[in-house]
Amino acid sequence: MTSTRTTASAGAPAPGQKLPAAERAIGAGSHTVLSIWTVVIVVPLLWTVVSSFKTSREIFASPFSLPETWRFQNYVDAWTTAGIGRYFLNSVVVVACALVVTMLTAAMSAYVLSRFDFPGRSLIRNVILAGLTFPIFLAVVPLFFILQQIGVLNTLPGLIVAYSAYAYPFTVFFLLSFFEELPAEIAEAAAIDGASEWRTFFQVMLPMARPGMASVAILNVVGLWNQYLLPVVLNSVPTNFVLTQGLASFASQAGYNVNFGALFAAAVMTILPVLVVYVIFQRRLQGSVAAGSLK
Amino acid sequence: MTTIGAAPATGRRTTPRSGGRRRWTFDRVSLFVVFLGLPFLGYLTLVIYPFLQAAYYSLTSWSGFTPTQDFVGLDNYTRLLGDDTFLKSIGNSLTLLVVVPVLTLVLSFALACLVTFGGASTGGVRGLRGSSFYRVVSFFPYIVPAIATGIIFARFYDPSAGLLNGLLTSLGFDGAQDYPWLGDATTAMPAIIAVIVWTFVGFYTVLFVAAIKGIPSELFEAARLDGAGRFRTAVSIAAPSMTGSLRSAYIYLGIFALDAFVFMAAMTPDGGPQNSTLVITQQIYSAAFREGRFGLACAMGVVLAVITFLFVGIVFGVGKVLGREKKAEARR
Repeated sequence: MTSTRTTASAGAPAPGQKLPAAERAIGAGSHTVLSIWTVVIVVPLLWTVVSSFKTSREIFASPFSLPETWRFQNYVDAWTTAGIGRYFLNSVVVVACALVVTMLTAAMSAYVLSRFDFPGRSLIRNVILAGLTFPIFLAVVPLFFILQQIGVLNTLPGLIVAYSAYAYPFTVFFLLSFFEELPAEIAEAAAIDGASEWRTFFQVMLPMARPGMASVAILNVVGLWNQYLLPVVLNSVPTNFVLTQGLASFASQAGYNVNFGALFAAAVMTILPVLVVYVIFQRRLQGSVAAGSLK
Repeated sequence: MTTIGAAPATGRRTTPRSGGRRRWTFDRVSLFVVFLGLPFLGYLTLVIYPFLQAAYYSLTSWSGFTPTQDFVGLDNYTRLLGDDTFLKSIGNSLTLLVVVPVLTLVLSFALACLVTFGGASTGGVRGLRGSSFYRVVSFFPYIVPAIATGIIFARFYDPSAGLLNGLLTSLGFDGAQDYPWLGDATTAMPAIIAVIVWTFVGFYTVLFVAAIKGIPSELFEAARLDGAGRFRTAVSIAAPSMTGSLRSAYIYLGIFALDAFVFMAAMTPDGGPQNSTLVITQQIYSAAFREGRFGLACAMGVVLAVITFLFVGIVFGVGKVLGREKKAEARR
């Protein structure tokens, strides 16, 4: 790791010319370490994919062996008999609706908070910020009863409401910085041209915030899809399970009887949608993570 | 669509600037109500109000099924103090709070340094070739649903059919044959910590790579000219310049480590051997939703919240003290 040799041998003042061999060794060392880490990441995932095509017998015979025949039947079994198909659709519905609700409400709130100065503004901002730091676990117990009183406990609309409420503070905060950077003159110009406040937002300001909206939407898709605690607490009716919850209940059943191949297949199907999102948007996703580090 | 900047010379301009600013027209009032008022009200009802309610319930013996809640003062808290299982779970959560962030941050900082200035270079400070490939791969576990990660690794650690023991025995470690990683009190917690670290390292590597790239490159050049090796550069230049990122990373990871519910639910749902992996959040869950002791569960939740705030306060406080020392040093 140390490159002290380069300075020890450096009689010449110019640092440009150094021992290329030592430098190359350092580069090779870095690549080796990073490659090992890559293997550590990839191997369990690949093993999951391979195992998802094996029979339970093959899985127990050897963790390495390739399946004798690639059993797509595992996927069919998981999708139908284990109910993963139903859970998958539930997840799609809940995530899609919650995403629309969250993005719309958070964008509107962030816009008002960033553009207008009014009494109580900083209080509202701080209350929203507080929601980010509190442990959700403290809130879920009473939340259970609130949803029960509204009459949406154990239903998909109830989950949509809860998902949106808990994604709201993060989304508002992320979007605030985007709306703050938009030039206020443009909104004023639109107002002078006779556009209403509503129209100014939807036709002028919101389109300008599109990059920020896209970034936070992707983060929300992943976060909402992976949500586990809220559905487990707020939804105990099996037909309304979302995918993460259904996968967990399938796994706890599989502990007793069998079909581990189908369990691996279910895990793969749970991961697949976020993998697709990741492959398409990874540049933007990493970009927004990186942007967050500079704040 | 309104055209921006067109035709400003209409009669509307008779009201000067301030007119557009402070008039409470229906247009603007409705904007406030619909854009901020209603969403914020919903947020208060579903997020903030439950926190306050939980604090109140923690002082009652409510089971969740009676219409009234009997006020019992601090009874729940004194009961928790004498509850060995709960104290054990606090200990486990505190272990996670310390170990998970430290391991994750050290590993991801090291990887970020390798990616940014671990490359072979003559002249300027250059990154490693092909580094984006490593970043793309190592970030991925962060995206995978944690419950899926947990279930996969529960199989991975399986005594007989798991990949880990398969690899170890084929490498000649016969002791690993049928070794129950999650079923032995000495290894269950480390095994789970490894999975959590596996999940988060890539995310923080990306974060730190960005932070290191944000440091003015002259600093690195200067260190290099002064003969600092890469390790020295990482410790003495990169780390001090990004204390802000490190601190917020520590806070995020700490808050997560205090939760950790998903991973435990997937790998050791019943608290592991001799409760060695039982954490506070699991205790809250079973007290509330299995035993129907909502008052007690809320008291546990309050304890968790207090620990979280203390932790955040300490991390911020330490950061401030360090910052002040650095300033004092610079002045000298």
